[in-house]
Amino acid sequence: MSWLLQHREIALAGLIALMVIGIGLYAPAFATVGSLTGVLNDAAFLIMLAIGQTIVILTRGIDLSMAANLALTGMLVALVGQYGPELPALIYVALGILIGACLGALIGGLVGGLGIPPIVVTLGALAIYRGMIVVIGGGDQVNASEMGQRFQAFPKIEFLGLTTPFWIAATVTIAAWAFMNRTRTGRSIYAVGGNPVAAAYCGINVRRIEGLVYVISGGIAGMCGYLWVARYGVAYSEIALGYELTVIAACVIGGVSIAGGVGSVAGAVLGALFLGVVVNALPVMQISPFWQMAISGAVILGAVVLNARSETRPGKLILPEARRNGA
Amino acid sequence: MSAPPDTAPNRADSKRTGPSDRPPFRLRDVLLRWEVLLAFLLVIVFVANALATPWFLDVYNLADATYNFSQKAIIALPMALLILTREIDLSVGAIAALSALTVGLAASAGMPPAVLVGVGLITGLACGMFNGFLVTRIGVPSIVITIGTMSLFRGIAQVTLGDQALTSFPSGFANLEQTYLISWPPLPLSFVLFLVLAALFGVILHFTAFGRTLYAIGANPVAARFSGIAVERTRFWLFALSGLAAGLAGTLLASRFGVVRPNAALGWELEVITMVIFGGVSIAGGVGSIPGVVLAAFVLGFTTFGLLLLNVPGIVITVLLGLLLIFSIALPIVLRRIMGGR
Repeated sequence: MSWLLQHREIALAGLIALMVIGIGLYAPAFATVGSLTGVLNDAAFLIMLAIGQTIVILTRGIDLSMAANLALTGMLVALVGQYGPELPALIYVALGILIGACLGALIGGLVGGLGIPPIVVTLGALAIYRGMIVVIGGGDQVNASEMGQRFQAFPKIEFLGLTTPFWIAATVTIAAWAFMNRTRTGRSIYAVGGNPVAAAYCGINVRRIEGLVYVISGGIAGMCGYLWVARYGVAYSEIALGYELTVIAACVIGGVSIAGGVGSVAGAVLGALFLGVVVNALPVMQISPFWQMAISGAVILGAVVLNARSETRPGKLILPEARRNGA
Repeated sequence: MSAPPDTAPNRADSKRTGPSDRPPFRLRDVLLRWEVLLAFLLVIVFVANALATPWFLDVYNLADATYNFSQKAIIALPMALLILTREIDLSVGAIAALSALTVGLAASAGMPPAVLVGVGLITGLACGMFNGFLVTRIGVPSIVITIGTMSLFRGIAQVTLGDQALTSFPSGFANLEQTYLISWPPLPLSFVLFLVLAALFGVILHFTAFGRTLYAIGANPVAARFSGIAVERTRFWLFALSGLAAGLAGTLLASRFGVVRPNAALGWELEVITMVIFGGVSIAGGVGSIPGVVLAAFVLGFTTFGLLLLNVPGIVITVLLGLLLIFSIALPIVLRRIMGGR
């Protein structure tokens, strides 16, 4: 099984490489170093968010509030930046992680502590966080001119042609890989998603794990909130509107199972890269940007069909027999 | 609680009148039913709104208030059946937009109103059947499938329209939703349709054998299959039904506003699901009722309208509705935990 998973991720990586080569042959402008680093810089946010979402989905949960958390934290950090524009940039990053993790902890408490279905909690939180942006910001947006130089400069620092968000995404990827594969808590997350009852009998505190994952996804969303606002130079209520579903789509393409317990950090990163390549390829191939949504929809469905074989459902061994004979 | 001490022996007698597994009648159980609590809440909403603004109880205002929620409430009915059977349809907003688009295109081609309605309904039904086909054939959770089809359907609308809008509709079609169906009491078409469909769905879910099979699937799909229920076929038709309702809502939307853009009905799926969950349908499946969903639609719709009359900004209302959703689910759990470790 582990070999098969490994194999699928390599297959997805190969597919992305083939796509880049194919698009490069069709439109040589796409295969230049400048264009490809642009793809990586753009995909950095999706990579980080997809890793956070994967950790949640692994426990059979779902976090629909990630994009709203990103926007709210971005607004709060932007307001801090407005009044303290010359603080060291790392303080803004830390503040983003802290605020995001607190917003995530509220969800984690309701899911892990009270046992409310995550889709209900995060649906409510999505509405509340989006609305709070307007309430806190007084309906105004925070513009680039109000944010301060140092606040905005951080996500635009380049190293080897790649900007800070990419390097942070790379760090998050390695850290998340180590966390999920080399720590007891990481393995517990897989165990809880695979079989919560068995995990409880193994001595794992299932409720704590089910709450913890939302703190992680919230912290990642909050950090992305600062980076996003500083990079695009504006904070308002509709930042990343509907982005939560794009993030989930990246996870699904990367082979993460909504049923829990199946998926990997590498898969999530590749799923995000895949969507990033598709989105960035459209303009160079001179396809109208209006196609973007339809194509990503078709891609998600295609990925789902390909991944369907690895999904296991209880009772499936017997039911296809019954279906063939009767219904 | 004030039951006489000889209640328990009497229970044996009740066997003659009803099934023995039915629990004894207790007033407390009736009062703590979710639907009854929602009905109380609806009364509170009406009284509070009537006290807050003198305009709330105006019949014409109330009739206009129903425009805010009738179309979403129509979609909430099949969505309740889907969630009851452990499925979900996130593509309903996109289906409504795509149906409104095809209606708009047909109107631009000069079709008569009756054909336009047919076009909208068929588009919705086709999208719903596509969802149903994918969910039942691929065997992947419907939340994943419908995230994909949501992008696909809305993407098709975007590709077709771009940044344009369709604005030419025959007056006979626009009159469907822009004038009252009945002039006194003033009742809009979408509200009447919602009430009729709610009655229909209520009867089917609560008084037919088919309705019972939906509860059986929701409670345990595997056991339901072994009981001879065609689980996959039922799921397929529920998705088709959800698409049909979304198509109807999209048609009504086009008639109401006379303008179709690709971003029509954006985010409706989450509002509809909020309605259903607030109505007491369990996301884990097997629990819920149509009266609950109808009452939830009324409570949410009239709360929103009352707050709008008080000049509360729409985004603040969003926050309040989000809090209402979480509290309505969390409160019973907290109370149960405080009142005793049951």
